[in-house]
Amino acid sequence: MNLRDLRGSVAVVGAGTAGIGEAPGYTDIELLALAAKAAVEDAGLTMRDIDGLATANLNAAMWPLNVVEYLKLRPKFVEGTNLGGSAFVAHMLPAMLALSAGVCDAVLVCYGSTQRTSGRREKLQARTLLDPFPFEAPYEPFNPPSSYALIAARHMHQYGTTRRQLAEVAVAARGWARLNPEAFARDPLTIADVLAARMVSDPLTVHDCCLVTDGAAAFVMTRSERAKHLAKQPAYLLGTATAAWHRQVSGMDDLTVTPALESGARAFSMAGLAPQDIDVVQLYDAFTINTILFLEDLGFCAKGEGGRFVENGAIAPGGRLPVNTNGGGLSCVHPNMYGAFAVVEAVRQLRGECGERQVKGVATALVHGNGGVAASSQSTSVLALAEAL
Amino acid sequence: MARGTSVQPAMNRGAEARYAAALSAGRFLLQRCNDCTAHVFYPRELCPNCHGASLAWVETRGTGSVYSVTTVRRKPEAGGDYNVSLVELDEGVRLLSCVEGIPPPEVRIGLRVTARIADHHGGKRVVFDPAERAK
Repeated sequence: MNLRDLRGSVAVVGAGTAGIGEAPGYTDIELLALAAKAAVEDAGLTMRDIDGLATANLNAAMWPLNVVEYLKLRPKFVEGTNLGGSAFVAHMLPAMLALSAGVCDAVLVCYGSTQRTSGRREKLQARTLLDPFPFEAPYEPFNPPSSYALIAARHMHQYGTTRRQLAEVAVAARGWARLNPEAFARDPLTIADVLAARMVSDPLTVHDCCLVTDGAAAFVMTRSERAKHLAKQPAYLLGTATAAWHRQVSGMDDLTVTPALESGARAFSMAGLAPQDIDVVQLYDAFTINTILFLEDLGFCAKGEGGRFVENGAIAPGGRLPVNTNGGGLSCVHPNMYGAFAVVEAVRQLRGECGERQVKGVATALVHGNGGVAASSQSTSVLALAEAL
Repeated sequence: MARGTSVQPAMNRGAEARYAAALSAGRFLLQRCNDCTAHVFYPRELCPNCHGASLAWVETRGTGSVYSVTTVRRKPEAGGDYNVSLVELDEGVRLLSCVEGIPPPEVRIGLRVTARIADHHGGKRVVFDPAERAK
C-alpha cells in the first residue's frame, strides 16, 4: 500500500468549539466535552457513534483515559501522542490509518483548556518538576517566548528580516480577528502599536506572542464513503504528515529551518498538490516568526523571503494569500495548544461558514500545526472539498 | 545484601551525573565520540551523530561565539533584564547559556566569548564573558 492510495480516503465531517476567550468556573474537560458535543452534532452523529478517540493535554499523563471516562466512550482506537500544540493535526495521520484499516468508524479529535482562568503558574511549576531541562533551565529562558526569540533573532541576522515584518504578521492576524465574532482580541492594532509594545524577549513584544485564553475545539473524522451521507459538506483529507526533530532550541541544527520543511513536503506529495494550489492557509502562529518560518518551509516562498512575503498586508484580509482567517493564535484563541482550532477554521472556510471573514471560492485548505518550545514538531494536513478530489 | 557491592560507584552513573560532578569540581567537559570523532553536548550515553556508545570526556577550550541572542525582560524589582544566548563552541557544539560582564543589549550575534564556571543557586553553571575582556 502507498500513502497516495489513502488520499481522500477519510474526511473531517464535524467541527465545533466552546469557551473561546474566558470561561471562568470551567475545567479543561468540561470545555472539551462541550466542543466534542458540538462537533459530533455538527456531523449529524451521536456520541454513541464515536468509536475512536484522539486527544492530548499538557496537564495529565493519561489524558485519553480522563476523556474516555468523562464521555463514557468505548473506543476501539485511542491516540494520545503529545507533540505539543501540533498534536491534533498530528492525530490526523494515525486516525486516517485506523479508519482506513477498519479499526474504527468515527474518530473524535478533541481538546480543551482553561489556561487563562485556572492557575497556570502552578501548573507550569509542576511540569518543570516532572520534565526538567537541566542544560537550559539554569539560564532561565522565558519559554516558549525566549526560544522563538532566539529563532527570530537568527532569522533577522541571516536574512535581514525586520521587526516591522514581524509586526505585519500580528496586524494581519488582528485584521482577520476583527471579522470573527468568536475571536478574543478584536481591538484595532497597527504596526506602530506592535513596534511600541512591551518587549517580552527581544525581538518579540507582547503583540508578537500568542494570546493566553481558554477554549476547546473538536472535530470528527470518518471514511469518505460515509462522509458523503452525513450532515455537512465533507472536508476530505488529501495529505497529512508529521516531522519531529528536537525538543529544545539548543537541539536545532539551523534555527531558521523547522521540521515543517519535511512535514509540508510529505503532505503535499501525498495530496498531489503544491502551495500554489492552496486557497486558504491556517498556520500555527504561536509567535509572529512562526508564520514567516512556515510560509518558507512549506514552500509558499523561498527560505529567507518570508519577511518580505508578508509585507503590505499580503496575508491580511484582502491580501494575496489568506492566512489564519480566524485571527490565529495571535488574536483569536490560544489555550496552551492551538492545533485543533486551526483544523476547525479550515473546515469552516471550506464549507463557506465564515460570514464576514469568508474567503471566496475556497476548495483547498492547508492546516499546519507547530509543537514544542522551539518549533520542535510540525504537522501538515491538506483538506479539500469533493470538487478538488 | 550483596546487591550492587561489586559495582564501582563512579562507573555506575550516567553521563549527566558525571558531567555535573566534573562541573562541581570546576571542570567544563564535553564528550567526544571515539567512533566518529564528533564533539557532543549535552552529555549523552549515545553519540547523536553515529549512535556509538563510546564517548570520551574531553576538556573544552571554552572559546566560541554567540550564535543567537535574546534579552529576557524582567521588572527591575525582580532583578531586571538578563541575557540568554545560544553559544557555539569552537569544537562545533551549541549550548544555551548567558553572556555576562556587558549590558544585555550589547550582546550581539558573532561576539567572541570565553567560558567561565560560575556559582548559581548553590550549584555551578557555565557562563560566558566577552573574549577581549576575559582574563
